[in-house]
Amino acid sequence: MANVSTFPAPGPIGQAEFEANRRALERDRRAETRMRINLTLPALLVVFVLMACPILWLLSLSVVAGDGRLSLENYALFFSEQVYVEMFLKTFMIAFVVTVICVFLGYPVAYLLAILPPAWSGVLMLAVLVPFWTSGLVRTFSWLIILQRNGIVNKSLVWLGVIDKPISLVHNMTGTVIGMVHIMVPFLILPLYASMKAIDGNLMRAGANLGSSPTHAFFRIFLPLSMPGLVAGMIMVFVMCLGFYITPAILGGGKIKMIAQRIEESISLYPTWGPAAALAVLLLLMTAVCLFVSLKLVRWLAAGR
Amino acid sequence: MESYVSHRDRLWLYIFVGLVIFYLVVPMLIVIPVSFSSTTAMTFPPRGWSLRWYEAFFGEQKWIGSLWVSLRVATLTMIVTTLAGVAASYTLHQSSFRLSETIRATLISPLAVPSILIGVGIFFVYARIGGLLNTTAGLVLGHSVVALPFVMLTMSAGFSSFDMSQEMVARSLGANRFKAFVTVTLPQVKFSVATSMLLSFLVSFDELIISLMVASGPMSTLSRVTFATLRDDVDPTLAAVSTLMLIVTSVPPLLLHLYASRVRARNGRNAG
Repeated sequence: MANVSTFPAPGPIGQAEFEANRRALERDRRAETRMRINLTLPALLVVFVLMACPILWLLSLSVVAGDGRLSLENYALFFSEQVYVEMFLKTFMIAFVVTVICVFLGYPVAYLLAILPPAWSGVLMLAVLVPFWTSGLVRTFSWLIILQRNGIVNKSLVWLGVIDKPISLVHNMTGTVIGMVHIMVPFLILPLYASMKAIDGNLMRAGANLGSSPTHAFFRIFLPLSMPGLVAGMIMVFVMCLGFYITPAILGGGKIKMIAQRIEESISLYPTWGPAAALAVLLLLMTAVCLFVSLKLVRWLAAGR
Repeated sequence: MESYVSHRDRLWLYIFVGLVIFYLVVPMLIVIPVSFSSTTAMTFPPRGWSLRWYEAFFGEQKWIGSLWVSLRVATLTMIVTTLAGVAASYTLHQSSFRLSETIRATLISPLAVPSILIGVGIFFVYARIGGLLNTTAGLVLGHSVVALPFVMLTMSAGFSSFDMSQEMVARSLGANRFKAFVTVTLPQVKFSVATSMLLSFLVSFDELIISLMVASGPMSTLSRVTFATLRDDVDPTLAAVSTLMLIVTSVPPLLLHLYASRVRARNGRNAG
């Protein structure tokens, strides 16, 4: 026999050691749990106390009428009064138009970003990112200068003979949409670019090998594969547009009232929180529905390929 | 992705993208020449040049006071959010437990909620509990809600490429948890921490809606005063303010981005 047992084999541990071991592990686990709580609690508290709780509170206030009864009166207000119906329609219409224009402007940029060699796409990416980082207030103010009655756009158009006298490009729908698209385009480009980057270039080459023209290959291969990113970007833009505040307030010149301005207004307009709360809940609901639908749609598109 | 289409066939694409980029970049730069105008008319090109709007900005209490409020609030928000966010994302990364996905989703959720709702909610809470309306603390806490998701996203990207067993090694060699984190983990995610700090500072500096809801008068932030002036009585001092804001909000991220690309390129070469 070889001399195997130079070291004594560990004997079966007794009940006492077993207990001690178990206690030590238990202590360790508790310390771990305590650490998790301590490290995540500050962040969680901020979000809970300042966002989750007040939203639930608003939800409950929205179903309390002026005299303290439980009713849907606050909601009925929005569907009975013409101004509110118009405001909802306008909000949706602006969000829709801005989203469509963003797709039209953003898709080619994302496409070029995805196919350019890294050095060039890096430069192009900066041209998308710098406006993205820049303050929205600054960009809105710039548009105010450019689009004003004697601004550079009007002057150029008159000089070119396109129009006889300056037209109003700002303090209306046109200005609002131009300004909002400017802020939103990067939000479409960035997720779209990420999904395009993941498309295997060999697929396009295979298509070409099999005799499809570049245009045909683009529409049959590239476009369908980029759909999940496109839908994600579109929903992001649409949802952000629904809650937009700064640009419509400035470039709409008080004439374009979207839901966010109405919420702010109704806080001071009505004696109770009910109407503002109901509007807030409606906005939250619309946002949630859009996000939910888009999540399903993106999953479905991604699974379909 | 390589392409088999010639540049000439794609000329229309280059031209179209060039126009979009022109639309994105050039208009916002117009505030720079306008801010050096010598007249009250905000026209481009300006009829004469002067520094009078910068003098107006630095000479008026309304502007300079709000600049200090914004800088103070943004700095404190940066500290609060980065500490809370780094701690939370570290915990979520180092082990996954029963609630970890719920916690992560909760901390990122303010990104999906329209900020007017967050603003109204915060105003509502402050109006109830008192003591936070019109205070630095109130502004900082409010801004932290919207800045936190950015820190969480940045940090989880940073931690995702870090192997936690390195910290385990340090701990098994005798370092306590905090020391292991500071000497082993932190240096490897320092870049994400810097990005988090920058982002949370900028989110706070640029934030308008919560500031509009919870603080006014001498506690107004620069964004609030800018917005009010922009809405009610446009004056060319705005061009000077905008130029300063343009520099503060776009130059630091630009530098960080360029630095990051250089570091990545260098690491890529070493690896390859």
